[in-house]
Amino acid sequence: MDRDDLLSLYRQMLLIRRFEERSAEMYALAKIGGFLHLYIGEEAIAVGAIAALRRDDYVISAYRDHGHCLAKGSEADRVMAELFGKATGLCKGKGGSMHLVDAARNFMGGYAIVGGHLPLATGLAFAVTYQKRDQVVLCFFGEGAVPSGQAHEAFNLAALWKLPVIFMCENNRYGMGTPVHRAVALYSNLAEKARAHGIEAETVDGMDVLAVRTLMRTVVSKVRSAPQPYFVEALTYRFMGHSMADPSHGHYRTKEEVEEERQRDPLLLLRRTMIDRGMAAEPDFKRLEREVAEIVAAAVKFADESPFPAPTALEEDVYAE
Amino acid sequence: MLISYREALNQAMREEMRRDDRIFLIGEEVGHYQGAFKVSKGFVEEFGTQRVLDTPITEAGFTGLAIGAAMAGLHPIVELMTFNFGILALDQIVNNAAKIRYMSGGQVAVPIVIRGPGSAAHQLGAQHSQSLEAWFCHVPGLKVIAPATPHDAKGLLKNALRDPNPIIFIEAQLLYSTKGEVGEGEYTIPIGQAEVKRRGDDVTIVAYSKMVLLALEAADQLAREGIQAEVVDPRTLKPLDVQAIVSSVQKTGRLVIVEEGWRFAGLGAQIAELVHAKAFDYLDAPIVRVTGADVPMPYARPLEDAAIPDRERVLAAVRQLVKGV
Repeated sequence: MDRDDLLSLYRQMLLIRRFEERSAEMYALAKIGGFLHLYIGEEAIAVGAIAALRRDDYVISAYRDHGHCLAKGSEADRVMAELFGKATGLCKGKGGSMHLVDAARNFMGGYAIVGGHLPLATGLAFAVTYQKRDQVVLCFFGEGAVPSGQAHEAFNLAALWKLPVIFMCENNRYGMGTPVHRAVALYSNLAEKARAHGIEAETVDGMDVLAVRTLMRTVVSKVRSAPQPYFVEALTYRFMGHSMADPSHGHYRTKEEVEEERQRDPLLLLRRTMIDRGMAAEPDFKRLEREVAEIVAAAVKFADESPFPAPTALEEDVYAE
Repeated sequence: MLISYREALNQAMREEMRRDDRIFLIGEEVGHYQGAFKVSKGFVEEFGTQRVLDTPITEAGFTGLAIGAAMAGLHPIVELMTFNFGILALDQIVNNAAKIRYMSGGQVAVPIVIRGPGSAAHQLGAQHSQSLEAWFCHVPGLKVIAPATPHDAKGLLKNALRDPNPIIFIEAQLLYSTKGEVGEGEYTIPIGQAEVKRRGDDVTIVAYSKMVLLALEAADQLAREGIQAEVVDPRTLKPLDVQAIVSSVQKTGRLVIVEEGWRFAGLGAQIAELVHAKAFDYLDAPIVRVTGADVPMPYARPLEDAAIPDRERVLAAVRQLVKGV
């Protein structure tokens, strides 16, 4: 394994982590409003999976979307400005935290109706096939979407029409405050849900960025060369609350459980791997911390100094000309 | 050329699919079955199964798929077997198709036409006899079209397939076999442009979709009674050609709005509000609405008849308004 390659994965995860920690602070200062759903703890999935993609592949996500957007290459400045609701944001301040879109990078959006974007993912994949292109579509969603009707309608169509879409289920074990075993009958193996539709499926340790990327490289190459859907269940854990309105453990899980899961922090795991193998040392990580801190500080400054949308923006972009 | 409403839709889609290979047709029974109402007759033979896609009975799934395809540069036509089933796709239509452009700050367009029959036919019962256009008109980001004649259906559908926005195109089962003159050769009709279907000076009747035929029948009878009714068909419900309605009311001073949908919060209420705002001083009498009854559609024929506007009720409304009798 290449040292620079692994440091780059670490840096991407670190950027998401520090970006979101600062977002939480900005939320506390009321610079960011509405809902803010943090991805902290789950970074290895976005970074590992997107690292296996080509730049022109599509990514689409749910409302916990900052990590996917940043991993797809969006500028931290414009993402933070969007969270601030500023005119310089990715979506001119009209989308917000849950609806980041960066069409130039084929990041097709964050969607906040659970299960509702899975049909869109199949549509992006349909267009790829229809236009005889060879991109793949990577669709992120939580395990909370798995029992929804729209998810199964999407699974069926994707399987029926052999569409090149990878369904990436981020199983963080809680749909808001409801643990998966109280929401899904076959909770212990969500991949079976996809197999029931004739979709090949695999489960991966979502805390291990290298495991995610390794699996995804195989999956992406398979889906690209012989279009078909694929389902990956990535086992993970959300270290923070469901949103900023929810403390990190709440009534539905214990402090001890959160602490235990934090031992498998994806950043910690990769760092330990690199140190154990002698591929990197403390100064390397300190350097990355400094670099990322600068990017995040600059993003906050950019967002803070940017103007709010002009009143005339209210009625713009409702219709295309 | 005298053709049916069904043939007009068929021609519009066929011509546009020949012109633009980004357009594809997707829905239940649109291919091998030739369409539940035979609107897509001959399509699978001409365009193949790559562009004419039969779907499972999963409206949310295939409507969402089409919206996703539109986001990636295609121009889908979604045929809903009826708009009643479109209720299952409302999340996709309202939360995705209508909003993506705005939420993305203008980055993504969703060029899509979602079409099929709305309103009642004959004794199909409560779940298959609904006029839901007001729901769609309520949603920013959608355009809503409800043509009454083969000529309008063809010209508007062709234009809808050149528009970069999500369009709800509402037909009617009872219109499919009606016939009308359609111009030879290429034409389109602008979205958002009403047409005066009959000239008159005494009263304005605004009606759309199959209620236009009712209004024209009523106007014939009224003419025999010495009342000249002007029938204005908005054709597009959103954006509404308010000026055309206002101009007519400025001339006649009286307005009757005929709609098949439920009365409460129906489209006529919105039209009345706009006319009040823009032409209040021209009104010689309160605006009158003739609407569907506020009940789930009953099956029994006499009850169903009582729930849907008919010629007699339109006549009674106009006579009351014009003569006070």
